[in-house]
Amino acid sequence: MATVSEHPEKAAAYIADRSRSRWHDGALWFVRSKRDRMAHSLPEWERLRSTASQIKAHTIANLPEILQQFEANAKARGVHVHWAADAQEHNEIVLEIVRKQNATRVVKSKSMLTEECHLNPHLEANGIEVIDTDLGERIVQMRGERPSHIVLPAIHIKKEEVGETFAKYLGTEPGASDPQYLTEAARQHLRSKFLEAEVGITGVNFAIAETGGFVVCTNEGNADLGASLPRVHIACMGIEKLIPRLVDLSVFVRLLARSATGQPITTYTSHFHGPRPGCELHIVLVDNGRSRIRDSDEFRSALGCIRCGACMNTCPVFRRSGGHSYDAVVPGPIGSVLSPAADTKQHRSLPYACSLCGSCTDVCPVKIPLHHQLLTWRQQIASQGLLPVSKTAAMRAGSMLFQHPRIYALAGALGRRALRWLPKSWIYNRANPWGLDRDLPEPPVESFRSWWQTNRQGTSVDEGMKSKGAKNGK
Amino acid sequence: MRVGLFVPCYIDQMYPDVAVATLELLEGAGLKVEFPAAQTCCGQPMANTGCNDAARPLAARFLDLFDPFDYIVCPSGSCTSMVRNHFSDLVGNDPRLASIQSRTFEFCEFLHDVHPIDFSGHRFPFRVGLHQSCHGLRELRLGGDSEQMIERPDKVRSLLAQVQGLSFVELQRVDECCGFGGTFAVNERAVSVAMGEDRVQDHLEAGAEVMVASDMSCLMHLWGLISRQGSPLAVMHVAQVLAGRSPSVSVKNSIKPKAGNAL
Ligand code: SF4
Repeated sequence: MATVSEHPEKAAAYIADRSRSRWHDGALWFVRSKRDRMAHSLPEWERLRSTASQIKAHTIANLPEILQQFEANAKARGVHVHWAADAQEHNEIVLEIVRKQNATRVVKSKSMLTEECHLNPHLEANGIEVIDTDLGERIVQMRGERPSHIVLPAIHIKKEEVGETFAKYLGTEPGASDPQYLTEAARQHLRSKFLEAEVGITGVNFAIAETGGFVVCTNEGNADLGASLPRVHIACMGIEKLIPRLVDLSVFVRLLARSATGQPITTYTSHFHGPRPGCELHIVLVDNGRSRIRDSDEFRSALGCIRCGACMNTCPVFRRSGGHSYDAVVPGPIGSVLSPAADTKQHRSLPYACSLCGSCTDVCPVKIPLHHQLLTWRQQIASQGLLPVSKTAAMRAGSMLFQHPRIYALAGALGRRALRWLPKSWIYNRANPWGLDRDLPEPPVESFRSWWQTNRQGTSVDEGMKSKGAKNGK
Repeated sequence: MRVGLFVPCYIDQMYPDVAVATLELLEGAGLKVEFPAAQTCCGQPMANTGCNDAARPLAARFLDLFDPFDYIVCPSGSCTSMVRNHFSDLVGNDPRLASIQSRTFEFCEFLHDVHPIDFSGHRFPFRVGLHQSCHGLRELRLGGDSEQMIERPDKVRSLLAQVQGLSFVELQRVDECCGFGGTFAVNERAVSVAMGEDRVQDHLEAGAEVMVASDMSCLMHLWGLISRQGSPLAVMHVAQVLAGRSPSVSVKNSIKPKAGNAL
């Protein structure tokens, strides 16, 4: 099994480059500010969120029926519908469809699901070339990295670095960093790949049970090219992407782009209703742990996620520590909820990569109570014995102390004295992670409880440790 | 009317003047205030770490100690939220819980909603940067936050706004988290410090002389950074401002002599 990944270390490594961390924070804050302006422009914003949340709750509750309805309607439109219980099955289904075409070249637009299933390595291991056609994903792919954000996969890369990458792989001018020039180079490069491709793979943003159709939202039009140039289109989707009716779509389309990038709507919102004449359309419906989340009372609503990425843009931890610090396919707040569901031990540090500020919960367009779910994960991680012993022991010791007010008061008095009298080097050292970058408060001579006894009850007791100078006032 | 003063453990031990200031204001408003001296900690550090078993007895003690009061008032949004929003995870089957939750108030919330005090006779001639503490803002809804498109009265700000001479500076990020987050501050030290430094920077750039918050825990973290940087920024709890403390006194953590009160 994969090793345990620790967010604090990876975050510290990223933040060690303060200027990069600040730049990353600023880039994402810019996106969030745009989102705020866009959300402000709709007086019905909160009503949209409530409606979206209710539709998703209804969908998740009735998922089996809604999936069956979708399957029947899609089939009636001539779509091949496949079911995959897990990532491996998904990958095999896709490989088999590609093989049946005797194809060796695939273009793929952005899909977090295929990322989750690690489809690219699987196809490549079987001799198939996969080209990611989303610009950000293509950059990441060339660099041999993984996306650091679900909507802005290359947000961690500066334009100068894109220039270097393109100079190496596409032969652009070394040192060029003009976005327009680089985008044009990528466009030319991708165009040739589109023309060569025999199979196009896309993700799915919303699948509509009522019609059997589905919608893909992009800003680059790459999904449309990938779906319409090759003869075969495979659409891969998690089973939670369903919505019941076509009218529901309006709610989600309005929320998605505004939450994601602060656009009123994505540049392309493409509807697919069956294959083109002489062509094939396949849909792969993937579970891969989703049913398990659906069965849990605590985390069920996380299935409502529409993958807008707003929780990442708003998360003060994500913005400063970068998406890769999460070491998970989906990073940020929602990733920290979903990843431990897939492998609790491996991702046990993620629910703690959060100050519980609650910003993600309030920004989420489908009202997933993200920070409460992270807190719930902490309880599960603790009760599964996955916390370091040092942590649980400290919490137990604290609890014992706080259950005995006299001992607590004495410990407090001793602690404050120690802080005042001990040499600085005893207080500020490696054993005190607080003090590495922050001063400790100047300890007062007297605690409030001691002051209360003197000033309100008339008994002068300083926690059994009478000290001069502690009394003031009356 | 009996008011039970709920003093968070770190305020009791490290910032007693915040509790004294709170007490003075409540008493000044004619309330009979008691401090149940057997109180210690509400269990938030344990609960936030996921160690509910360690937090449970502390929540139970809290109910025993505070049940007799008509109101329970606390100068911390975070600890108030612990009682109101998270105790049900710990002592959900206790019949007293719902009633105690409905009687527990954050200090500003209490003065805004339950027992208003007029502060218009007070003076505080300083430029104030208001740090909106997350738990007060998003768990207790002491004000409207920048994520939701919902208008809410800003309870902390409206109290401070009554004080003469006090002016607010405009922050770039009006309600960004300071990065304290309890054990997060140590567990995720690098992120926590980066967040705190950015928060301080925002206040400095806005020209604040005093950073004011309704949660001393945020200010403990931020002051730790300010002090290390040697920045010219004072921090004060909102109760200290309202009780007439001066910025130079507040940072010393000592308890201000009663005689010198502005009330
Ligand atoms: S959890 Fe909410 S905010 Fe985060 S990506 Fe999903 S829908 Fe967007």
